[in-house]
Amino acid sequence: MERMPKWADVVLIPLISLLLAAVLSGLVILAIGEDPINALNLMIKGALGSTYGWGYTLYYATNFMFTGLAVAVAFHARLFNIGGEGQAMLGGLGVALVCLYLPWPHWSLALIASTVGAALFGAAWAFLPAVLQAKRGSHIVITTIMFNFIAAAFLNWLLVGPLKPRGGMDPSTARFPEATNLPSLHDLLAPLGISFSKAAPANISFLVGILACVLVWVLIWRTRLGYEIRAFGHSEPAARYAGISPTKITVITMLISGGLAGMMAINNVMGEAERLVLNATEGAGFIGIAVALMGRSHPFGVFLAAILFGFLYQGGAELALWTAIPRELIIVIQALVILFTGALDNMVRMPLERIFMALRRRGA
Amino acid sequence: MDLITVLQVLDSTVRLATPLLLACLAGLFSERAGIFDIGLEGKMLAAAFFSAAIAAVTGSVWLGLGASIIASLALSGLHGLASITFRGNQLISGVAINFLAAGLTVLIAQSWFQQGGRTPALLASGRFGPISLPGAEALREVPVLGPIYAELISGHSILVYVAFACVPLTWWILYRTRFGLRLRAVGENPEAVDTAGISVVRLRYSAVLICGLLCGLAGAYLATALQAGFVQDMTAGRGYIALAALIFAKWRPWHALYATLLFGFLQAIALRYQNLDLGFVTLPVQAMDALPYILTVVILAGFIGKAVPPRAGGQPYVKER
Repeated sequence: MERMPKWADVVLIPLISLLLAAVLSGLVILAIGEDPINALNLMIKGALGSTYGWGYTLYYATNFMFTGLAVAVAFHARLFNIGGEGQAMLGGLGVALVCLYLPWPHWSLALIASTVGAALFGAAWAFLPAVLQAKRGSHIVITTIMFNFIAAAFLNWLLVGPLKPRGGMDPSTARFPEATNLPSLHDLLAPLGISFSKAAPANISFLVGILACVLVWVLIWRTRLGYEIRAFGHSEPAARYAGISPTKITVITMLISGGLAGMMAINNVMGEAERLVLNATEGAGFIGIAVALMGRSHPFGVFLAAILFGFLYQGGAELALWTAIPRELIIVIQALVILFTGALDNMVRMPLERIFMALRRRGA
Repeated sequence: MDLITVLQVLDSTVRLATPLLLACLAGLFSERAGIFDIGLEGKMLAAAFFSAAIAAVTGSVWLGLGASIIASLALSGLHGLASITFRGNQLISGVAINFLAAGLTVLIAQSWFQQGGRTPALLASGRFGPISLPGAEALREVPVLGPIYAELISGHSILVYVAFACVPLTWWILYRTRFGLRLRAVGENPEAVDTAGISVVRLRYSAVLICGLLCGLAGAYLATALQAGFVQDMTAGRGYIALAALIFAKWRPWHALYATLLFGFLQAIALRYQNLDLGFVTLPVQAMDALPYILTVVILAGFIGKAVPPRAGGQPYVKER
């Protein structure tokens, strides 16, 4: 018997967790001598009060959509891919190579090729940890953490060495050619007569992100492979008995996951910076963990959670601008969300289950 | 390369290995009891901040040390609450703790000191100074052994000696006491421990709290001995390197010492030589940075002996009803 209705599991628990995280964050703001209500107002105004704010919110949300989907897909196979950060860095390398070393007549072709390049490089970075998990039983959490650091050192080396243009001052690649620059939401919405901020970095990758959410939904719930991934995640012995190869599913799931994380690069590298800079990911790979947990590993949930975190990111930046609250407040909120929706899930769940059981007994 | 250069590199190896060693032994206690801990980094960071902050305010490094241990124990308690009491995912809890520490330390530092997320630089009384072992100066003139004693063995802060003393102590606790036997058992087969009438929950909580204590020492060492004050993200991945060393050591105390000395040596080399010329190839500094992680992946892949973690690691224990 289900202990509580599905809607409570899907909607109520994430909302209560979010509320707990929000209350604690409010207390933190209070403790450092600021006004939480005022802070919330500032965040809402800064992130959602103008098309400029929305442009940043959606830009960040696009990053988190990709990394959130990456973690979510792996969660379905009960794999914890903590290496989204490294995979997204390598995705950036893929995008940079495609944009710099191939001539592109039009951004649309460049976008397709870059997406493929980003996904391939991201997937490649997830391949070794996946094989080691499947064949040698090395814990994927540890190997992907190690691969994050290796990726950071590797990119660091590339950007101060081989990929830096002659005479370049900061560690980054050359600017991508004009033809690969993606249209921003301003460019896309102008023909429709909607005016959108020109300065904001949100671009067409946002639509690619939404498309990715839809495709992941199709993959997980409407294809044979998705079924096998979920079956493997629910019970490995049962999946094995049904003729599903654990090695195959582990590797394929991690390739998809790494590919999704890598695809984030079309947004931050190709869409925004238009060159590959040091530490381009800015921790988005880790935020994917919070987004996937908050979104209950469902693509639509991931979409909503990504928008929420986009809002937090842009709002946090505004707070740092106008108040004495540093940007690091967002990291605290992120930690609290991970804590309540992930690690302390049972703390929220157990009392709720008890309440629903009691209600049912009275009804019966 | 003369003796003094070698000794300087080895001396800096010892200093850089110390926080790794303390964190590695911390992880050893926790993981041997079946609680994975990827939150070593966060606990060290929180400890580093509170040791520096309290030492800066009070001027007493010992009060700073106390604060660092309390902060680290609090985060350990949170990890225990999530992974033992509420049987949550230990890895996710560790990730959360790392972020919590990364964010809160800067937030509080900014609110208390307004110096861009750092603490004021510590004066001598707020730091653990070097300790001259007896006779270090007198024996300096003795060839070879004199400089080794004076440079390498003498002249570290007290926490270095504590860290090295923790290795035999950990070995003794794990392999020669009843508590250690039970601790190892609870990491391999908690059902058996429970059947024997011993509380799994209490054992695991004690392991997690010992882990917190050692992380507190590691963090305090970073901020009050290795450096003079706290700066944002000052642990710089040391918690993860300690985790790597733990796997490298296959969860054994003496091997933890060797592994952390090796990784400390790599850091010392990377610090001293930006690009290492090996004659036939020049190793960039980034390769040195990545080497501990690459070595760990190789170990995990099982090419140099198999690293088998404690069998019940990562699984919450559900008592039969």
